[in-house]
Amino acid sequence: MKRTTRNALCNLLLLAAGAALLLWVDRTFDRYVVQVLNLIAINTILALSLNLIYGFTGMFSLGHAGFMAVGAYVSSLLILPQAQKQTIYILKPLIWPLSVLQAPFFVAVLLGGLAAALFAILISVPVLRLGGDYLGIATLGFAEIIRVVANNIVPITNGALGLKGIPSYANLWWTYGWCALAVIFIARLVQSNTGNVLKAIRDDEVAAKAMGIDVFKYKVISFTVGGFFAGIGGALLASLLTTIDPKMFTFMLTFNVLMIVVAGGLGSITGSVLSGAVITVLLEWLRFVENPVTIGGFTIPGVPGMRMVVFSLALLCIILFRREGIMGMREWSWDMLFRGRTRGGEAR
Amino acid sequence: MSLAMFVQHFFNALTLGSLYSLIAIGYTMVYGILRLINFAHGDIFMLGAYFVFFGTIAFKLPWLPAVLLAVAASSFAGILVDRIAYRPLRDAPRISALISSIGVSFFIQNLAIVLFTGIPRPVQQPKILTGIMQFGAVRILPLTLVVPTISFVLVLGLLWIVNKTKPGLAMRAISKDIETTRLMGVSVDKIIALTFGLGSALAAASGIMWALRYPQVHPLMGSFPGFKAFIAAVLGGIGSIQGAMVGGLLLGFIEIMIVAFLPALSGYKDAFAFVLLIIILLVKPTGLMGEKLEEKV
Repeated sequence: MKRTTRNALCNLLLLAAGAALLLWVDRTFDRYVVQVLNLIAINTILALSLNLIYGFTGMFSLGHAGFMAVGAYVSSLLILPQAQKQTIYILKPLIWPLSVLQAPFFVAVLLGGLAAALFAILISVPVLRLGGDYLGIATLGFAEIIRVVANNIVPITNGALGLKGIPSYANLWWTYGWCALAVIFIARLVQSNTGNVLKAIRDDEVAAKAMGIDVFKYKVISFTVGGFFAGIGGALLASLLTTIDPKMFTFMLTFNVLMIVVAGGLGSITGSVLSGAVITVLLEWLRFVENPVTIGGFTIPGVPGMRMVVFSLALLCIILFRREGIMGMREWSWDMLFRGRTRGGEAR
Repeated sequence: MSLAMFVQHFFNALTLGSLYSLIAIGYTMVYGILRLINFAHGDIFMLGAYFVFFGTIAFKLPWLPAVLLAVAASSFAGILVDRIAYRPLRDAPRISALISSIGVSFFIQNLAIVLFTGIPRPVQQPKILTGIMQFGAVRILPLTLVVPTISFVLVLGLLWIVNKTKPGLAMRAISKDIETTRLMGVSVDKIIALTFGLGSALAAASGIMWALRYPQVHPLMGSFPGFKAFIAAVLGGIGSIQGAMVGGLLLGFIEIMIVAFLPALSGYKDAFAFVLLIIILLVKPTGLMGEKLEEKV
């Protein structure tokens, strides 16, 4: 069997096995476990999108919370039932076209992603001229502007009150479906010729320019695709949590995503997928630190806020002692599994 | 708007601006030397305010020793942050140190929430600073005169250290060329520690005065002033102390005056600084008084 055929077959088998696993999980486990599993999928999508922008193209962007906010608001406004829209907009009614617009969940999420992508294109023109840490601070600035704007345009976003009662359509099928799509799309993108160009820009922008690459164009492509999937992640998260408000989309959210990417390994898709699961579970597990624990008759009182202390310490340890993260830039592939049998057998 | 109102706004803006300036100087000094945006700087500002709060409330210290102790402790905290989180990353890619500083910032904020609780606490002002001064129709708080004066004196002191002393000379040398300075026999790590110490002391001074001006302390009080002061540093031209001062004052005036003249925009107050940042990065990335940074290939 040819290597490519074998790998394609294996991928299909993996997808089928994943689907079977989801079916089993959906029927067996309680809501909390399912919720955590959903969060894993969403965090993986978010991490992949930031990894594309930062890990593969070398653009240090801190604007993820902004993209997520755009995606979350757009898709939530499209799936909120009309009656619910009338009840929650207390201060000012929702403006006209939005108050009647409705879309199926898939379309709403897709439009949320596209809106975030559009926003990414808009800000990429001014922002991507900057490099390094300036880019980080400028994208952070845009994310903060989005948040302040969402807080103030009450007839659209309902201001600080946020949106409540968003239908919880996001189940395992939707989240893992989008997650699989993100993995496949971004993996194919970085393996393609475009991906090589992105990595060339990351490794040496000046050299890439000297080779005749239109650096700005490729940066915009990477930034837009990243923004799109961040918007998708935000849209799914909104439906999963059923409530959003501007306070949710602070720098903290971006920090969480950045942490997953750094922990997984910059420039490794496998790393982002692994650490998306590990960090999400770690974050959930750390909730127990904040609750009182009873060990052998002694009750240790829970410490509110301790979770984020441990979390930020973990990031510090990773960046200080294992900067390459779990995977570094390596990727897992079927070839690794079959290497023993195919060594020297086929021409690459 | 009446003249009296304008004078009051003027003094408020001057106060806010000089508080931003003091923080911005710390950013600009560290960036000038290490090319690092020290995200944890705003949290040192918060620590300074809390140290004074606990010094005066819990330990019943008089104001002056409490303030001096708080400034010293924050200064030490700044040096500690550099020693633990930044020095091991000197040879790593620049962004690693930046991520490390974001980590430190969240660590300090959350540790403060755990230790000091997340509830804002009111700060008792010393007696001399309470009350309102009346000049004809103009009513101003004594603090709005005291804060700019103290800030001005502190900046003059810093400029003296940087321009007239040997460690100051070493600082300026490091910002030009760190390797050559090392070869000249300067103990680079000590000078960098001194830079962090001085910057953190100014941030703490600013934090203390901030806590008096808006009389409360809160674990997250440093994050927005921190971002904005960084923007002020970029506005003035990063790397230049005078630039940071001018940028801070300018930002203070812009924030206060836009809200004063266009009250409809007051909800967007926190976004002004970011809009300003994006404009300045597009129009004149080196800032108002910055030196041109050459990109080395």
